[in-house]
Amino acid sequence: MIGPVLVYALGFGFAALGIALAMNLWRLFKGPGVADRILALDTMVINAIGIIVLAGIANGQATAFEAAMLLAMVGFVGTVAYCKFLLRGDIIE
Amino acid sequence: MSGGVSLPEILVSALIVLGGSFALIGSWGLVRLPSLMERLHGPTKATTLGLGGMLVGSVAFFQLVKGEWTTHELLVSLFLFVTAPIAANMIAKVHLHQLRLGKQPGPAGQPAAPRDDSEWATYESPKAGTPGCFEDE
Repeated sequence: MIGPVLVYALGFGFAALGIALAMNLWRLFKGPGVADRILALDTMVINAIGIIVLAGIANGQATAFEAAMLLAMVGFVGTVAYCKFLLRGDIIE
Repeated sequence: MSGGVSLPEILVSALIVLGGSFALIGSWGLVRLPSLMERLHGPTKATTLGLGGMLVGSVAFFQLVKGEWTTHELLVSLFLFVTAPIAANMIAKVHLHQLRLGKQPGPAGQPAAPRDDSEWATYESPKAGTPGCFEDE
């Protein structure tokens, strides 16, 4: 079902997202401020969604995209909640 | 087809390679750029665009190769394209707030304190007449 070109493309995509996750992890540890760490976590969530999408293509089943949708929502809510807590000292006022 | 490679497969492969490249470039910008306001550009633009490319590639794969019509990817990409600017705005506000509190040095020093009639604030409660103030004037 999956031809040789697509296999190479998927391999490239997985490798690129893995390297991207490693670089985000470096920024998460190194980042001088707390805003850098929030940004690194947000980017890690986006890259994890990309890995789930590529895994869905590689497995040929569309059930993985519910997980991608959930991860997108939870990642956004987590980022906003952490920013809100740092800005206002409270999440829901 | 020459070599047994079909046209939809080439299309899906190109979209996946493009998306992976943009995601990698975005994360490289996160590592490489010097200050947070510049670092925000990488993930919010390049990584979101890369993920959009991969999601469109996934839609094309399931439609053209498998013959199934899926809309979850479009929903995910719509959600991401709406939420990425909001998250970036919140992170920039946290950065400005930390700068104003003096918790980390900025390249241009500490930003000026807001005027009393300023339109936006990160810490104090909303002033009368600005959006977000629900008290009667």
